[in-house]
Amino acid sequence: MQKNKLKNGHQQIKINMNAAIIDYGMGNLTSVNNAIEYLGFDCEIIDNPDLMSKFDKLILPGVGAFEGCINNLKTKNFVKNLNEEVLTKKKPILGICLGMQVMAKKGFEGGEFEGLGWFDASVVKIRPQDDTIKVPNIGWNKIDYNKENILFQNLKDPVEVYFVHSYHMDCFDQKNIIATSIHGQKITVAVNKENIYGTQFHPEKSQDLGLQILENFLTV
Amino acid sequence: MKRIIPKLLLKNSTFDPNQMVLVNTNKFDNVKEIGEPVSQAKIYQSQVVDELIFLDLDARKFSRPPNFKIIRNASEEIFMPFCVGGGVNSIDDFSLLLNNGADKVSINTAAFLNPKLIKESADIFGSQCVVVSIDYSLDLNGNYFVYIEGGKTKTSKSPLDWALESEKNGAGEILLTSIDRDGTGNGIDIELTKKIVDSVSIPVITSGGCGLSSHFSDAFLKCNVSGVSAGTFFSMRDQNPIQTRSHIKNAGIKIRTKT
Repeated sequence: MQKNKLKNGHQQIKINMNAAIIDYGMGNLTSVNNAIEYLGFDCEIIDNPDLMSKFDKLILPGVGAFEGCINNLKTKNFVKNLNEEVLTKKKPILGICLGMQVMAKKGFEGGEFEGLGWFDASVVKIRPQDDTIKVPNIGWNKIDYNKENILFQNLKDPVEVYFVHSYHMDCFDQKNIIATSIHGQKITVAVNKENIYGTQFHPEKSQDLGLQILENFLTV
Repeated sequence: MKRIIPKLLLKNSTFDPNQMVLVNTNKFDNVKEIGEPVSQAKIYQSQVVDELIFLDLDARKFSRPPNFKIIRNASEEIFMPFCVGGGVNSIDDFSLLLNNGADKVSINTAAFLNPKLIKESADIFGSQCVVVSIDYSLDLNGNYFVYIEGGKTKTSKSPLDWALESEKNGAGEILLTSIDRDGTGNGIDIELTKKIVDSVSIPVITSGGCGLSSHFSDAFLKCNVSGVSAGTFFSMRDQNPIQTRSHIKNAGIKIRTKT
């Protein structure tokens, strides 16, 4: 794979920071990996929890259902190391889509399941008030975001990003919410607490603005 | 927000069978080779389209899985959502495509012959990435029937029944294609699209027949469809997605405004 590609006509200088994409058997790892390499960062997909300590940044992607997600994290022994890296060592982590949802205390997709518990939140089904609004929410949506947050620097309005989801994170602590959107109801689409970041949308699939958000996280 | 979705039909080139080329079709026939898929995908990304659909028309014919190398190459160059289909038969095919960068996988013949595949794939990968693609045609008595195997084989099922059944099985999205209108530019099949959109609760993408920008806005306004997909419209004429988007926006439809 070609690294340090030309972006906007300028040669990117490789930045000496590296990110690990956590491979726990759920998700579109290739796209996240490609996007990070395109931005000129070093990146590796890792499936061994012990390797996490060697990286500066962690990315937790995720596609699928809540139960499978948390079960895979448990059976592949990621939970203990994740708590160590993220809660104790305060390493920056970005959860994408289901990777963000699993950071909540509880998930209600097909039952009731415990998540990683980093956010005081529940993951619940989107219930549009208007029945012409379809679920899953697939497509682009404008987001309202906290312009002060590091994740949302250097963006040009309107910020429209790509979503694919049927469930969303209902946060009990409003301070954690850094972006919202409307899909038949108000939806939390990005969260942040100290070193922990999460986006419901897919920055790696949101063209220029998405890449900017990803770059913002990688340079935190 | 509504979506504009260029459709990239792929075939093995007649000049070099090892090469995958972009083609246009008319009523699923009359194949014309028109270009290189990954370059075209990059052009579409620069024209800020909302999503892409890649369909490998030869996979079933040669009994091989869809060409994942094209998908892998595309995912290194474009950072936007895309759906891939054509010849998808199994959970392994899903894995292969999703692991190479696809966000959604469309299934057609295999799902029709074995509806359990919809449920199995939705359970493993999530409904949101399972797209059931339905090709259909109108017969002389005015009845719609689903066709499978690339439009070659008529079935006895109506597209509405099959869409409802697909949703029940766990499909996350329906991709409708009118064989009669494919490549004709005669306009979207408003009647059937509307009937299906009104009956299912999952998103529907309709395709086949776009010849004017107003065909897109008509489909959005009259059927509340989630996305309109077109192949020939974008590739065979001096009409690009940016102009189409402006038209749709001016018609008062909620769509991405970035151009």
